[in-house]
Amino acid sequence: MRRWLVQPEFKVERDLERCIQCQVCVRQCANDVHSYDEEDEQVSSDGACCVGCHRCATLCPTGAISISRSQLEFKPNANWTPESIRNVYKQAEGGGVLLSAMGTDRPWRVYWDHLLLNASQVTNPSIDPLREPMELVTYLGRKPDQIRVERGPDGKVRLATEITPQLKLQTPIMFSAMSYGSISYNASQALARAAKAAGTFANTGEGGLHPDFRQYASNMIVQVASGRFGVDPDYLNVAAAVEIKIGQGAKPGIGGHLPGEKVDAAISRTRMIPQGSDAISPAPHHDIYSIEDLRQLIYAIKETTQHRKPVSVKIAAVHNVSAIASGAVRAGADIVAIDGLRGGTGAAPTTIRDNVGIPIELALAAVDSRLREEGIRNQASIVAAGSFRSAADVAKAIALGADAVYIGTSACVAMGCHLCQRCYTGKCNWGIATQDPFLTKRLNPDVATRRLTNLLRGWSLEIKEMLGMMGVNAIESLRGNREHLRAVGLSDREMVILGVKPAGE
Amino acid sequence: MDVQPNPTKEFALSRGERDSAACAIAGVINEQGRRFNGERIIRMIANMHDRSNGLGGGFAAYGIYPEHKDLYAFHVMLDSAAARENFEEFLRRYYEIETEEVIPTAPLREIRNRPILRRYFVSLRDRVLGEHYDLTEQDLVVRHVMQVNGQIKGAVVFSSGKNMGIFKGVGYPEDIGRFFRIEEYDGYLWTAHGRFPTNTTGWWGGAHPFGLLDWAVVHNGEISSYGINRRYLANFGYHCNMHTDTEVITYLFDMLLRKHRLGIEEACVALAPPFWDDVERMEPERRELVRGLRITYAGALLNGPFSVVLAHSRGMIGFNDRIKLRPMYAARRGDELFIASEEAAIREVSPELDGVWQAEGGKPVVCELKVPLDAPEKEPARA
Ligand code: SF4
Ligand code: SF4
Repeated sequence: MRRWLVQPEFKVERDLERCIQCQVCVRQCANDVHSYDEEDEQVSSDGACCVGCHRCATLCPTGAISISRSQLEFKPNANWTPESIRNVYKQAEGGGVLLSAMGTDRPWRVYWDHLLLNASQVTNPSIDPLREPMELVTYLGRKPDQIRVERGPDGKVRLATEITPQLKLQTPIMFSAMSYGSISYNASQALARAAKAAGTFANTGEGGLHPDFRQYASNMIVQVASGRFGVDPDYLNVAAAVEIKIGQGAKPGIGGHLPGEKVDAAISRTRMIPQGSDAISPAPHHDIYSIEDLRQLIYAIKETTQHRKPVSVKIAAVHNVSAIASGAVRAGADIVAIDGLRGGTGAAPTTIRDNVGIPIELALAAVDSRLREEGIRNQASIVAAGSFRSAADVAKAIALGADAVYIGTSACVAMGCHLCQRCYTGKCNWGIATQDPFLTKRLNPDVATRRLTNLLRGWSLEIKEMLGMMGVNAIESLRGNREHLRAVGLSDREMVILGVKPAGE
Repeated sequence: MDVQPNPTKEFALSRGERDSAACAIAGVINEQGRRFNGERIIRMIANMHDRSNGLGGGFAAYGIYPEHKDLYAFHVMLDSAAARENFEEFLRRYYEIETEEVIPTAPLREIRNRPILRRYFVSLRDRVLGEHYDLTEQDLVVRHVMQVNGQIKGAVVFSSGKNMGIFKGVGYPEDIGRFFRIEEYDGYLWTAHGRFPTNTTGWWGGAHPFGLLDWAVVHNGEISSYGINRRYLANFGYHCNMHTDTEVITYLFDMLLRKHRLGIEEACVALAPPFWDDVERMEPERRELVRGLRITYAGALLNGPFSVVLAHSRGMIGFNDRIKLRPMYAARRGDELFIASEEAAIREVSPELDGVWQAEGGKPVVCELKVPLDAPEKEPARA
């Protein structure tokens, strides 16, 4: 379907000398860009509906397909960008809310790219991770302010302080909340399996826990969101931890909507809603209208789980994020997950995704500082989310004060996602953000699991290298250690918020 | 008495840099509490002359003020007469001053640009203690020392214990020792430090030992976890003003041993914990303890290469980083325990030894006095 004034975004070209008319592209493109004319015995392409996912080009056996940005240039205008013009056309034609998926693609400052890590030279030797132990083990959960010990009659010293439940991570990287429903069964399974294999955790998102995934539940965090899909005592008790989702970085203050067409038998069972009905997550939790209400829900969950599971509260990074995080900690959260401006989503109004919230770097630094100022940093772990593209981003987040990070987009990319930002169409050609059986079968869960564990392994090895180069051998010595960061090209005020010095100082 | 401007703290602090250093450290204790003069500790540290570069040296001595043993002995560096006035006004507000005097020094060509060096034997006014029902006398002294060091321009309290004293400054340690005439004092426990600063110039306040109450810490190495240790301490009301690694080590020990009442062994587990792989292999009760310490005190973990000698009125602790990236030897002879960066320094003063060994990474060498020490501590006041 082509709209009148909205010109195609991509141009699909076929090298006729290379094309062998095998029709792989025809079968692969769920957007019907390629077609085969029986009479002419000829494959042809109409780029109008191309989303730039590279599925066809990747699978074309002869490399005959090239996808490029459409060359139709508007008269240059620094104010009216092609994007803004096109959006007006689209809305003038459709009259609706424009949707997008994944994180914002606007050029908001990526602070990671303005922060540099430190390394040892001479005075403090760097440590070789190939020769010395290098520890990434991270415990998430509330810690006491101090330990009391008692000496037994046998002279042995014992722990006299009760330590509340903790999540033990082999590496400070977890998989962010992605619900079964927004992503496919195979993708969900791969995330769960990879988390178990790597000794970390995957978050179910708000879509409930499919019975098949219970076997991985010891490595899963289950989410309780405003729709309460799939929530019952068993769901809460089977998992390693429970997360209350208040907000999401890509769409703070906005609910969610899984269209009824996607609610097939399996999803209806998992979400505990009738088949074919829309799954609507209200914008707020209708039982949380204040911080006291949040406290009640936290304690209701703690009671239901006999105080055996840490409870996390996930909030979007909004302007007063540090006050909100502090409130959540005082309300009893054992973990506070903060999702920044660039965090991903399966579907969000474009204008919300691109204009609401603050970058995770600033939010994280502000929250860590605030909790320390209030002397309550020990009472909760901080998990940062909102676009970690590399091990360096993760290391910088930890230096700013995160205990661990959530990765969502990188995990999708590891499984094959090409960031076409069309997850909401349900036509993900890579079998990730779709429920169409023809598409979901493209994602082999064994392969996807391996790719995810490889990613975690690769990043973990790199983080170990970075620790060693900084002359420390345990992740806790980097955590909140902003002395190991220096800023380039930031304003004084930004550096104050980040708590870092400029490079050279 | 007036002096030219002296680099005690403003200079270094204005640069906002952290000071870290490679160094020589030494300590000797007589566990029967028998006192001996500073001659031997000077010889020990002088033996390791090449480990310092003349930018700082110092000593801590215990049992040297028996005539004032119930009073806090504040050793203070002052940049100017104005700093002295401000400091004394502050001091008088909270303390009864029993005696005050110039710290005796010998004229030495090698020691230049020295600040005013004075000592005050004081006791906390009862009224002050009464005003703070939730703080102990020691908490208040800690707070006051931090206030002086953080807020009074040109004044540094560099020793604040009872019946002990720290003597330090810019110069080679053996010269500093002679300058302060430490051979004229008798103590049962001595530690010493020679500095080789690597990222700041020397300044008097930044020399070691670093002291707080009756803790005195000398340390060789660099704490790569400094940034988080400092922020962690701020959580508990400790503010690092001196920009030295040694300061964070001292505060951490003070917090763990005095405030959180951990044993020395547990405190050392918190500061240099065993590796997780080793923790997993421990028997369950021990594992729970070590795990609890490690995750609770994650921000206290000292990482990077260091060896430390911590002295307090009841004993001495030698302590290395987890993978022993800095040297430290310990030796025994009769009632005496020695610790030094090099074995030669120990042999210099005690050629014959009952035993000498390398301290293991993360495992403290602990020596406590075998005799009682009567230093009554005031109970926390009640409202
Ligand atoms: S949408 Fe994807 S598969 Fe279809 S033509 Fe474009 S790049 Fe190829
Ligand atoms: S998950 Fe699929 S639809 Fe979504 S951005 Fe990635 S490739 Fe596109």
